[in-house]
Amino acid sequence: MTSLILSTATRFLLPLFLLFSIFILFRGHNQPGGGFVGGLIAAAAFALHAIAYDVKRTRRLLGIDPRNLSALGLLVAMGSGMISLFLGEPFMTGQWLTLSFWPVGQLEIGTPLFFDVGVYLVVIGITLTIILSLAEE
Amino acid sequence: MGLVSAVLSGFVLALIAPWIYRIARGATGWLLAIFPLALFAYFLSYIGAVAAGDVVRVSYPWVPSLGINLSFYLDGLSLLFAFLITGIGALVLIYTGGYLKDHSHLGRFYGFILFFMASMLGVVLADNTMGLFLFWELTSVSSFLLIGFEHEKESSRAAALQALLVTALGGMALLGGFLLLNQAVGSWEISELVRQGDAIRTHSLYIPIVLLVLAGAFTKSAQFPFHFWLPSAMEAPTPVSAYLHSATMVKAGVYLLARMTPALAETALWTGTVTAVGAVTMVFGAAIAFRQSDLKLILAYSTVSALGIMMMLLGVGTAGAVQAMVVFLFGHALYKGALFMLAGAIDHEAGTRDVNRLAGLRSAMPVSAAAGLLAALSMAAVPALFGFYGKELFYESLAEDYLMPVLLFASVLTSMIFVAVAVLAGIKPFIGETTSSAKQPHEAPISLWLGPVTLAATGLVLGLWPSMVDKSALLPAIHAVLWRPVFLELALWHGLNPIFLLSMATLASGSGLFIFRSRLLRLFSWLDALRDCGPRNGYSLALAGLNAAAQAQTRVLQSGYLRYYLLIVVATATVLSGYKLLQDIESLSFGRLFDVTFYEAAPALLILLAAFMATRVRSRLAAIAALGVVGFSVALVFVLFSAPDLAMTQFSIETLTVILFVLVFYHLPRFAILSSAWTRARDTFVALTAGGLITAIMLKASGVELHPKISTYYIENSVPLAHGHNIVNVILVEFRGLDTLGEITVLAIAAVGVYALLKFWPGKTETR
Repeated sequence: MTSLILSTATRFLLPLFLLFSIFILFRGHNQPGGGFVGGLIAAAAFALHAIAYDVKRTRRLLGIDPRNLSALGLLVAMGSGMISLFLGEPFMTGQWLTLSFWPVGQLEIGTPLFFDVGVYLVVIGITLTIILSLAEE
Repeated sequence: MGLVSAVLSGFVLALIAPWIYRIARGATGWLLAIFPLALFAYFLSYIGAVAAGDVVRVSYPWVPSLGINLSFYLDGLSLLFAFLITGIGALVLIYTGGYLKDHSHLGRFYGFILFFMASMLGVVLADNTMGLFLFWELTSVSSFLLIGFEHEKESSRAAALQALLVTALGGMALLGGFLLLNQAVGSWEISELVRQGDAIRTHSLYIPIVLLVLAGAFTKSAQFPFHFWLPSAMEAPTPVSAYLHSATMVKAGVYLLARMTPALAETALWTGTVTAVGAVTMVFGAAIAFRQSDLKLILAYSTVSALGIMMMLLGVGTAGAVQAMVVFLFGHALYKGALFMLAGAIDHEAGTRDVNRLAGLRSAMPVSAAAGLLAALSMAAVPALFGFYGKELFYESLAEDYLMPVLLFASVLTSMIFVAVAVLAGIKPFIGETTSSAKQPHEAPISLWLGPVTLAATGLVLGLWPSMVDKSALLPAIHAVLWRPVFLELALWHGLNPIFLLSMATLASGSGLFIFRSRLLRLFSWLDALRDCGPRNGYSLALAGLNAAAQAQTRVLQSGYLRYYLLIVVATATVLSGYKLLQDIESLSFGRLFDVTFYEAAPALLILLAAFMATRVRSRLAAIAALGVVGFSVALVFVLFSAPDLAMTQFSIETLTVILFVLVFYHLPRFAILSSAWTRARDTFVALTAGGLITAIMLKASGVELHPKISTYYIENSVPLAHGHNIVNVILVEFRGLDTLGEITVLAIAAVGVYALLKFWPGKTETR
């Protein structure tokens, strides 16, 4: 399954897709998007790569076994909820930090953001676990 | 604070015990014994205060929302048990080092036994019923681990499971009893419950409470007909039998009933049940002990019998009976622990536990022989040994009430058998002509004889000078059960009264039983046929039945075909929800059914057409394309009803589905219709019904006035509480974040399942 057009296009599309997925992930808190759909887009990008080249190259590009990626995502999501435990509040109470970048504006970051990153990683991990395993058959 | 760390530090030590063993090796038993000895000394420091009538109580909030505290309570009864647990515990740890020397899992064994010790201390010190229940179950778990210690052996695993099932079922009953007690008087604290005895006894829940608590106590203390797990538990290494299954854990049921006596006793139900069950267990256990020839089984059945005696005395419940119970319990722990450890030492040195083959070991094992003699004499209740006092009070308490001739007769019979069994287990292996055994016997190492010698010598010293313990350790325990002042003074010589004569007659006739044992056994050999219809058989039948039922329903429901799983799930959901919906069919609102614009109707029509087409086309590619149309049309509906998040996700999912399909497309066989017309008709019917149900649910939902507060709450609090403007996402990651965490966990597990299915299916050769 090698097509010159597809493989050339993929080389340009893959980074774009990944950037777009991260954009979707981070805008999710205020506008449509979020970790789940962002993860799906990133997974689709890697799946495209696997079709255009082969699974071995995709795995090498990924650098981490997708099963470990989903485990890592669960760890991040769980860990984001544990932060509040150390501050004496119930599990998964949102904690927020406001950073000022005068005169550009200010940035609010909080534990739900990390939770969403966890979701993003889990979704990429499980989708690629399934797709890459199927593709190897 | 001291009590809490006394209990909890044992769990910590249990966790690190395997590492201690890695460093200390052979010295571990001696080293670990320091811990229970320190606890023993710690409890010893309370003896004066407790004897003066003080109680120590500490309490910390545990589950404050339910009113459950982590509270501990130390009175005379707790203290007596704490002495037994820590004192015998120290000896057992030392004994273990010799008995399981160089066993490959010895470190783990130390961990288990310390885990048990801490749990058992928790049981006898807990003041909160929930705390008591927790520790109670932990003793069952540690007993399971210890019985199944030689887990490569099938029989060990079966015995461990049997003990766990019986005692854990009893534990469930006990939990029920505690919950009802809380409903009845509104307290979790035992120290409060015992003060409300009158209120409990007159409460409408009294009968279920008593039955549930008794079920817990009877299973734990191996009362008939639940006794069978205890002899099976002899599969465990001997230190476990000596510690858990004679000296401490099996007495937890006795402890519980003694503890609950002020709250629950003195009714016909309690007195009748506890006395009857105890008496039956007493006679039954003794009779079976008499015909055993394995040392450990002899001791196990005699323990069952002794537990029956304690239960019966608790049931009788008079001041004299409770005195007898406490004194007997203490004496029993001393001699039975010693005899069990000796049985292990004999097994270790002579290579057999069969009493018919053991004889003449006294010259080879003089120290053990001395300990065996003392322990056996104590068990036979010979004067000057501590066992004597228990027996005297036991007879006295039954004789003081002349209405109990039957119980007295049964008790004398049991005591006679005790004499015979004591000689059989503690003296016979050491006397007579040496038999040729496989092993050349020699004296056990000090770690193996220190325990039995200490316990047997304690029995002798306290037998000669009972005033060392009667007022300081035993009387406070009796007070804790009776709640009224009684007098206890143990004395060797009461004068030549009828009770003393009865004791002497028991000794003489018991010796006779021993001498004529083989002849008696032949005489009653026809009773052996009854063995196969005992409660143990009932247990096996129940277990086999459970397995058969599980297999049968698995065969029906778990066909292994995805299509049948889908059929079962969809049909079940349809029938159950459909039944509920049909009950008030009038509530379906059709009012807004035709209130649609043409651009809303268009995707709906598209979905219908595409779905129909998917079922009719004769090409797999076309079917997938049709399903894709359905998916994208649904996404379109999301867009129309302003749900961009859902639409985005739906689009991504559809795309990924196409990719998945491309990947498997080449591996699929040629398209063919394999199902019969009837199957298709059935599937059509189920599908249409399920679709109809969903429609009906939608109609119902559109007619229900939603609770307005929910969505306004989210809208109002999204920015101030969660700093986000996209409410859908804020709900996902913040308000309902725990749900999301659960969902992604399930997804990850599902992915592992898919991976396993693809990579490890049977017949697949390992590629990597």
